[in-house]
Amino acid sequence: MVGHQGITETFTLKSLTDEEYLLPGNAACPGCAAVMAMRIGLKALGPRTVLIVPACCMSVAQGHYPKTPSKVPVFNTAFAASAATASGIRAALEMKGITDVYVVCWAGDGGTADIGIQSLSGAAERGDDLIYICYDNEAYMNTGTQRSSSTSEGARTTTTITGKAERKKDVPGIMMAHRIPYVATACASYPLDFANKLRRAVSIKGTRYIHLLSPCPPGWRYPSEKTVEVGRLAVETGAWILYEWTGGRCRLTGPSSGLADRSRRRPLEEYLRIQGRFSEADPSKIEAMKKRIDEEWEMILELCKG
Amino acid sequence: MIATGNHAVAYGVKAARAEVIAAYPITPQTQIIEKLSEFIEKGEMRAKFLRVESEHSAMAACIGASACGARAFTATSSQGLLYMSEMVFWAGLGSFPVVMAVVTRALAPPWSIWNEHTDMLTQRDAGWIAIMCESVQEAYDSSIQAFRIAEDRMVRQPVMFGLDAFSLSHTSERLELIGQEEAEAFLPAPEGGWKVIDFQDPTTYGNMAGPERMMEIRHSIMERVKDSARVIEEAASEFSRISGRGQAGLVEEYRTSGAEVILVVVGASSGDAKDAADALRDEGIRAGVARLRVLRPFPAEKIRAAVQGCRAVAVVDRDYSLGSGGIIGQEVASAIGAKPFNYIAGIGGRDLSVADFSGIAKDAISRAEAGEEGREIWWGIKG
Repeated sequence: MVGHQGITETFTLKSLTDEEYLLPGNAACPGCAAVMAMRIGLKALGPRTVLIVPACCMSVAQGHYPKTPSKVPVFNTAFAASAATASGIRAALEMKGITDVYVVCWAGDGGTADIGIQSLSGAAERGDDLIYICYDNEAYMNTGTQRSSSTSEGARTTTTITGKAERKKDVPGIMMAHRIPYVATACASYPLDFANKLRRAVSIKGTRYIHLLSPCPPGWRYPSEKTVEVGRLAVETGAWILYEWTGGRCRLTGPSSGLADRSRRRPLEEYLRIQGRFSEADPSKIEAMKKRIDEEWEMILELCKG
Repeated sequence: MIATGNHAVAYGVKAARAEVIAAYPITPQTQIIEKLSEFIEKGEMRAKFLRVESEHSAMAACIGASACGARAFTATSSQGLLYMSEMVFWAGLGSFPVVMAVVTRALAPPWSIWNEHTDMLTQRDAGWIAIMCESVQEAYDSSIQAFRIAEDRMVRQPVMFGLDAFSLSHTSERLELIGQEEAEAFLPAPEGGWKVIDFQDPTTYGNMAGPERMMEIRHSIMERVKDSARVIEEAASEFSRISGRGQAGLVEEYRTSGAEVILVVVGASSGDAKDAADALRDEGIRAGVARLRVLRPFPAEKIRAAVQGCRAVAVVDRDYSLGSGGIIGQEVASAIGAKPFNYIAGIGGRDLSVADFSGIAKDAISRAEAGEEGREIWWGIKG
């Protein structure tokens, strides 16, 4: 396993290329965090990148054939099949002697935590050389906000109208259990943190996983101009923890590095109240959610002790 | 050499120089991928073998590989094929020249590992060319021809070829291999002209197509699958020339000339049907056999010509379309414009012997003589 020595440079706003690989005029909703992150992600990855996209919001956001907003090759595949498709692409590139290409899955939370987890687990167990990015908008947003296993506890969706009863599935934890060389979380509101995690990921061979929280104005019910703010509140309240795990070692990144002490976190209510989807959560539910968040922090901090 | 049908396929895929093989085990297919894995691990074959966690992923990986212009292969059977089905359609509707061996096996429940063709026939509308093999030799020959047909510039569609469970997959017969030079002349290294993932000319593949475009995309596949009939025949005739062995092409006719009854058959039991025709001819009954080697594109004209003028057409289906008889029976009815006597037989591995084929031929003649209309008959069903 390769550790942090794989870092070759750190992206800053200045060093991130001005070249655009995701063009304006795509069909994403206004304020879509996933598309913002893809724009940054492709700047970090560059033109020798192929994106594998299963059924998800990106299937729509990329617009109608024969037009496309992408300047890198994009390959659309079936809902459950992104990691396996990527494995086949990597195998073919190897056979053709092409070694300078990043094979990147760009999948939603339904296509990752639910229907696609089997093929993702298969690729990770084989150690296939690919980067898997789950942009997590915490529900089936493309079909109109139905609950996924990655939906936040307490969140209202069209199939949990009184709020989701169960806790959010910990997919990064599942990926760490595969002992792959790199697992990280990110949030679209912190583009440089995300870009630098990609930078680290590309310096390592094998299956690399990044779980990217992607606020969604229509699904989370907030005005589209508040996307960055909502994502920041997710991190600043501690509801979403930014970390990276490599070679069995975990470290907090970005603002999360200063939030191990819970008294430094903003109150969870600030994150919940800015969105409509938690309107059903009463004080007792909010207390339960806070307890879960504390548990998550304990687990991550335990990992950080190494 | 002496080899089983499964091993013959592995030898064929090796001769074809598949570059990416992604597969998942299932009885009675497993020996194909075991042998290929062995070839690769021993360094006798240069390919990447992806030991995937499901058939769905096997076909997804083949599609990904094919999208990069690589020659991709998988093999499956029964439940595995149905589990893979979404990606089988993805390969067909996306025009990826993947090749797949299907060892035909009954579907559960109840569990069965025995022979039946229903599994493969469920995928008949997926844009794949479909071949059914009669012998170990034909399994080998077809596995090489399959890649050439799939990759032909005028086709560029996937090809599946079927082997009957056990009676072909696990039966040892004499097998002649072709030399590697001949194989390379017949099937040159893949030039990958079907590649859609291209960094020189980046495109987005498979994004949304509106109602204004979809019909034309589907129509183009329909035309290419239909037109592949000519390519299949050319491949068979050239393979015949390099191997010195006769090749069946689309339909193999056996003693159909002047026949009063013709058995329309598919797959490994065709040999028994031919033996039955010989025995019937000895008895003075003019029987013949039309074996469908290719099921997609359905060779309607060939089958129409084969049964022309015969009194009774007996289609033997080792499959069913529950509520509508046998699947091949429906196809033949549509091709000849009349419902044949459609015998559903050998389901779930029930034995289908020379005596059964003789009995079926005689039954069809007597029904025709009695002026009966064509109908579905479950042959040998117990009280």
